[in-house]
Amino acid sequence: MTLTQQIVTISLCVIGTMATRFLPFLVFSPKKSTPTYIQYLGKALPAAIFGMLVVYSLKDTNILSGSHGLPECIAIAVVVALHLWKRQMLLSIAGGTICYMLLVQLIF
Amino acid sequence: MHRKNTIKKALKAAFPYTIPIFAGFWFLGLTYGIYMNVSGFSFVYPMVMSLTIFGGSLEFVAVEMLLSAYAPLQTFIMTLLIQARHLFYGISMLDKYKNTGWKKFYLIFGMCDESFSINYSAHIPEGIDKGWFMFFVTLLNHLYWFTGATLGGVLGSLLSFNTQGLEFVMTAMFVVIFLEQWLKEKRHSTALIGLAASTACLILFGPDSFMIPTMLCILFLLTVLRKPIERAGDAA
Repeated sequence: MTLTQQIVTISLCVIGTMATRFLPFLVFSPKKSTPTYIQYLGKALPAAIFGMLVVYSLKDTNILSGSHGLPECIAIAVVVALHLWKRQMLLSIAGGTICYMLLVQLIF
Repeated sequence: MHRKNTIKKALKAAFPYTIPIFAGFWFLGLTYGIYMNVSGFSFVYPMVMSLTIFGGSLEFVAVEMLLSAYAPLQTFIMTLLIQARHLFYGISMLDKYKNTGWKKFYLIFGMCDESFSINYSAHIPEGIDKGWFMFFVTLLNHLYWFTGATLGGVLGSLLSFNTQGLEFVMTAMFVVIFLEQWLKEKRHSTALIGLAASTACLILFGPDSFMIPTMLCILFLLTVLRKPIERAGDAA
């Protein structure tokens, strides 16, 4: 690739990304009232998205080989337990991550 | 003076929420910068790309794009497919980003997975300016990603450290945010739809192409089940 072609490639990545981020705000302007279906989606989507993001962040875990996703399961259990116990975001995240690092570095 | 105080208070309130992202973004950003460096690119590439694209998964894919033959149309379509989930974030943030003035442009520009998740779910304390709070969450995340990627690009393979497993910090954060949302709602049908649809699509389509089917699935189920979901008041 020439430098110009590289610049075009990177620019297309930027334009494509911004299109997906800006589009809903351009289509539904705050001056006009948003259709009720979109308002409903705005309320119903987030819980579904957070579920989707959990799965997305685990997508490369292979449960058929290697450690069979066991360290991931254990560490997630630790995150959930810590969070239900203390409900301190940073503590739950740090505790789960340290647990995961120890598991993959020392045991699995 | 009053304005300065508002800004300072918002920064102080926003910072703790971004600490896990600092760990995650530095790790992933460094990895990405190193990957670009060993692929033969100068640090200017990860620096510019982390600033302008600000979307981790696409930036990793973009390295491969830059190494392959020039294919602008394919690049653009790939970008839209990988980034389509931002459409969902936008629809969810229509209300929250309202009335934030000039900051709105930057809030939308910097709306990556992590900025969206924090800005949607954080309990912003009473007396803190919401616009400035969300602005700093976005700005700090952007800064972490940019410095991590650039540093990785500069240092390249000189770096070696045993951080195996640190990437789990992102999973842990999404689990906590999911859990917080779960504890807040009385009924869990929408959360379960998200989990079930993405798990099913991941098994069916594999890790590289399951996001678009997942989104269509979620949209379909939420549309078909609108009446019962609204009646039960889960969409709150």
